[in-house]
Amino acid sequence: MIRMQDLKKDFTVRIKAGRLRRKKRTVAAVDGVSLTIDRGEMVGYIGPNGAGKSTTLKMLTGVLTPSSGEVSVCGLAPVPQRTKLALRIGVVFGQRSQLWWDLPLRESFELLRHIYRVPPADHAARLKRCRALLDLDDFLDTPVRQLSLGQRMRGELTAALLHGPEVLFLDEPTIGLDVVSKQAVRSFLAELGATGDVTLVLTTHDLADIERLCERLVVIDHGRVVHDGSIDALHARYGSRRSLVADLEQPLPPDFALPGAVLTAVTANGHRVTFALESTTAAAAVAALVAAVPVRDLSLLEPDIEDVVARLYTARDGDPPPTGTV
Amino acid sequence: MDQRDASVPTISRIGPFRASVTTFGALTGSGFRRYATYRQATIAGTFTNIVFGFLRCYVLLAVAEEAAGQRPGGYDAGQLALYVWVGQGLLSVIGIWGWTELADRIRSGDIAADLLRPIAPVTGYLAADLGRALYCMLTRFGPPLLAGALFFPLHTPARWQTVPLFAVSVILAVVICFGCRYVVNATAYWLQDARGPITLWTLGSGVLGGLYFPLRLLPEEIVLVLWVATPLPSLLQTPLDVIAERDGPALQAALVGLQVLWAAVLLGLAGLVQRRAEKRLVVQGG
Repeated sequence: MIRMQDLKKDFTVRIKAGRLRRKKRTVAAVDGVSLTIDRGEMVGYIGPNGAGKSTTLKMLTGVLTPSSGEVSVCGLAPVPQRTKLALRIGVVFGQRSQLWWDLPLRESFELLRHIYRVPPADHAARLKRCRALLDLDDFLDTPVRQLSLGQRMRGELTAALLHGPEVLFLDEPTIGLDVVSKQAVRSFLAELGATGDVTLVLTTHDLADIERLCERLVVIDHGRVVHDGSIDALHARYGSRRSLVADLEQPLPPDFALPGAVLTAVTANGHRVTFALESTTAAAAVAALVAAVPVRDLSLLEPDIEDVVARLYTARDGDPPPTGTV
Repeated sequence: MDQRDASVPTISRIGPFRASVTTFGALTGSGFRRYATYRQATIAGTFTNIVFGFLRCYVLLAVAEEAAGQRPGGYDAGQLALYVWVGQGLLSVIGIWGWTELADRIRSGDIAADLLRPIAPVTGYLAADLGRALYCMLTRFGPPLLAGALFFPLHTPARWQTVPLFAVSVILAVVICFGCRYVVNATAYWLQDARGPITLWTLGSGVLGGLYFPLRLLPEEIVLVLWVATPLPSLLQTPLDVIAERDGPALQAALVGLQVLWAAVLLGLAGLVQRRAEKRLVVQGG
């Protein structure tokens, strides 16, 4: 469905080099990305600010011309066949609007029906579904300029879907949204993805979006792909472990050791301990701990994706990733 | 999103030409409704047009009083008054001032949303602009003309073809003006900020388009060069000369013919500029 081969985009930046002189410097925003995304996949495309996420998305949608490399979406070349491609993809840029500022949402949708030449019955069916899932009815007749960010974003999602796109590109669709709106957007996208008909590429800084929606995670940094695989694979690769946190009646004996686990923190005057589980199961660790000391409370923490990604982002600047393909 | 048509782009069952016309019509309607939203602006603008109409009319009539044979530039007093008041009515219809939407969208990067639609940006913006012009024709053309007719003796067109020719001339002027504004705004693709070119355009189109004074007051050679070498007189001077019947039927029709030429040239130029710009477009940040 989407294929990129050694895709590059360079920008020329002019920097001051004297009173009148300017030096040209070339910055590689995307530096040789190769990816293949199949029909129905839901891919999270993440990276720190300036990593090249949006630039990639703009090249995939035909807005930007790549400097070199090959790219095809739905079997089409995005830039030369942009208008053809536009009929088959939907795009939401979280920081930009595709709606008409002065017109009510309903009229924006009607206009999009004409622009995309969607038969009235199909349009009505899709709009009905979006209205139900995204609760649009309260503000359907409000001019877009008067909508709140959350309402507008729900409108943007609907606008991107009314022509029944095969691929949906979402660039930070939950940026600036409150918890409830985020939940609404996520469950809508989850439902959409569950049908398996729409290929979804999502860039975000909110990793909860990814955890909730995407099985495949592509991490990009300095214009290069540094990870491509599942979230579990990312954890495995960076040695993320589950943690066992225990509140104890009394501090641990000084020579206490839990087989297959490492003590990582002791707090609350020795009454709270944290173990990282390495080569043991949670059940075995809990049994061993309870046998050794009286335990008041226990909790098991799953590895935190934010930690892993933060480590991934900060370990950049030339550090090779620990293992795996790049 | 629904399973039935997820793999096929949904195209309406009606023919491609009719579908294009429907799309164009819907976009024109959107332009109309967008401007219809701002009623107070419409009223304020119309009032200003009328006030300045009095000012211009008194000045030009004073000039006519003093001119040899009382026919400056070949207009009599009734034709001059008609020139002024129709001009005041057409000002917002042609829309030479104040359109910076494209430049603003290029600067902010919102132009990306326009490029993601299955319609050429020039076509989309043209359709919306025709809607804007239609709204202005219905709301802002009449009042100044009425005010003029109440307070000044206006020339009444004598030839049967004058009014239809005027209607065609106005539509062409709207298209020419759109083409000019599009090209001027599109400089933002290269300059990031199109305020310089837009200021130059505002000044140039006002002076050389026939708004501030009829160009026929200038020496004939200059008028000829302006008319043939620039699209500016085709913006206001042509429709106003057509309705005022300043020239004989042949020249009257020829001026509209020249507008057809300029409309084609400017639409072509706008399309060319847009295509060139897309190759070097940079939409930064987010």
